[in-house]
Amino acid sequence: MNPDFLDFEQPIAELEAKIDELRYVSSSDVNLGDEVERLEEKVNTLTKSIFSKLTSKQIGQLARHPKRPYTFDIIDRIFTDFQQLHGDRAYGDDKAIIGGMARFEGNPVMVIGHQKGRDTKENIKRNFGMPRPEGYRKALRLMKMAEKFHLPVITFVDTPGAYPGIGAEERGQSEAIARNLFEMAKLRTPIVSTIMGEGGSGGALAIAVADKVMMMQYSTYSVISPEGCASILWKDAAKAPEAAEALGITADKLSKLNLIDRIITEPLGGAHRDYDAVSSSIREALEASLRELRALSTDQLLEKRYQKLMSFGQFDS
Amino acid sequence: MRDALNMSWFEKLLPSRIRTDATTAKKKTIPEGLWHKCPACKAVLYRADLERNLEVCPKCNHHERLSGRKRLEMFLDESNREEIAANIEPIDFLKFKDSKKYKDRLTAAQKETDEKDALIVIKGQVHGVPLVAAAFDFRFLGGSMGSVVGERFVQGANEALRQNIPYIVFSASGGARMQEALSSLMQMAKTSAVLTKLAEADIPYVSVLTDPTMGGVSASFAMLGDIIVAEPRALIGFAGPRVIEQTVGEKLPEGFQRSEFLIEKGAIDRIITRHKLRADIIDMLCMLTHKPQPANMEEIDAIAKPEVIKPVEDDETEEKPAEQ
Repeated sequence: MNPDFLDFEQPIAELEAKIDELRYVSSSDVNLGDEVERLEEKVNTLTKSIFSKLTSKQIGQLARHPKRPYTFDIIDRIFTDFQQLHGDRAYGDDKAIIGGMARFEGNPVMVIGHQKGRDTKENIKRNFGMPRPEGYRKALRLMKMAEKFHLPVITFVDTPGAYPGIGAEERGQSEAIARNLFEMAKLRTPIVSTIMGEGGSGGALAIAVADKVMMMQYSTYSVISPEGCASILWKDAAKAPEAAEALGITADKLSKLNLIDRIITEPLGGAHRDYDAVSSSIREALEASLRELRALSTDQLLEKRYQKLMSFGQFDS
Repeated sequence: MRDALNMSWFEKLLPSRIRTDATTAKKKTIPEGLWHKCPACKAVLYRADLERNLEVCPKCNHHERLSGRKRLEMFLDESNREEIAANIEPIDFLKFKDSKKYKDRLTAAQKETDEKDALIVIKGQVHGVPLVAAAFDFRFLGGSMGSVVGERFVQGANEALRQNIPYIVFSASGGARMQEALSSLMQMAKTSAVLTKLAEADIPYVSVLTDPTMGGVSASFAMLGDIIVAEPRALIGFAGPRVIEQTVGEKLPEGFQRSEFLIEKGAIDRIITRHKLRADIIDMLCMLTHKPQPANMEEIDAIAKPEVIKPVEDDETEEKPAEQ
């Protein structure tokens, strides 16, 4: 099994391997260019066909792909002059959430996002993208600064969830998340959030109360992880694929429920196949969202955000 | 057969017809309704005594969980009550099915609790002071927050806003309701947002944390009170103890995530025993709203509950400053 490919992508991996072989042979005497071209065409069709009917579980795998673009990768490609700012001014600097000022299309903005690590060492440093209270408090500090200096807030969400640890509880994980929800509901500056990979419950929402919530095509956003849900409701963690389906954690399903505003299309095979293409799609979507929000007065912006928050939920009355 | 292995040698000697497994034996020792065994101190209590003592164990001060409606009946004056948003009822809009259908779970919970959903909101008075109070019913799908809880919470807050009266919410919840998926998560944002309106209007919002207050409820409106109080020994936290234990791979310290732990960490204002909730909350509200203190508050509460058994004095946390 090719580790660069997910289990359901293995047929693609096999074809790719064959193409590599042919290319190697072809470079000597025989010209196998036609055959390579034919196979490449086949890879393309195969990929399209596999990706046209992904299950929720498979989309979850893509969202958690170890090569998925993380916040820093996006910042590098669509912002300039990123000036990182650290710490919550009270306890520490949580490296699972990063933030700072940057320029977007030449205009200053505040960028905040979860950050996962690429390898074990960095993942330990970043706590696998699971923030502690000081991370949320740093995010809030930066958002309040953005409000004060009239910078739009742009957040990138990619977390399995807020960290369930002893210290996190001691320092008020609940309060930190709650405070962000409260403050973001009335922050007097535009907020645009993009769910990049995993939108893990309260740990995601705490930086995703926004005027525009966008989701990458193969990202997930859920009240609980499918594994957690399965072990509680089915009493069997192996039922995670069923739970993922039932929870409807994917962008297309959430869009139909009006819980998110926009889906950002990913390149064929997923975001990790082409960082530059993904970045330009995100840039375009951000640009459009910000343009729309800038046209509103601050009071209109807040009223719209409030009405949107109040619209969540379905019930009989 | 596994059970047989766990039996004591003595039980094995008994003929199988006489054998009872431990759980059924325990149930049989206490007839339903008349007696109650305190889960904390194991004292066997006369059910009527316990009720008169506001469902607090007179021996060890253990606070039993209350249904939402009973909680509000205990808290509010008897007159001038008006339920809010009772017409808001749950629907299974996702056709969610796990090992059971959500629809069936709802029906079962409604039957068991005689409530439509997990939050009850009533406009009323405490010692003549008008306010809106809401309380969770933990029996209703673990007090989980879905669309109905969120909407009722918001309507309660809006009523407080219209009448310019305080809002008191008693939490008892496992968190967001999984069967309504991401819509439940969004109730955290919705409920927190409506509180910004109360804050703008300088209307006091008091959050009372009761056993248990976890997850999405804890991480939204429950932790946003101008004043946050808790009943003694209530379990309060973001992540459940089992999840934390699995994550960090160590045993949790004794008393972790209990009210007494939270006050030590500076997360809540006060621990108040059930007998003093009415008097203390209303007194604080009167101060915040510059109203005179209602006359004979404690006496009235004492008269209303003539047979109250004096609880074990436990409220020491407020007497002495936290040690450092």
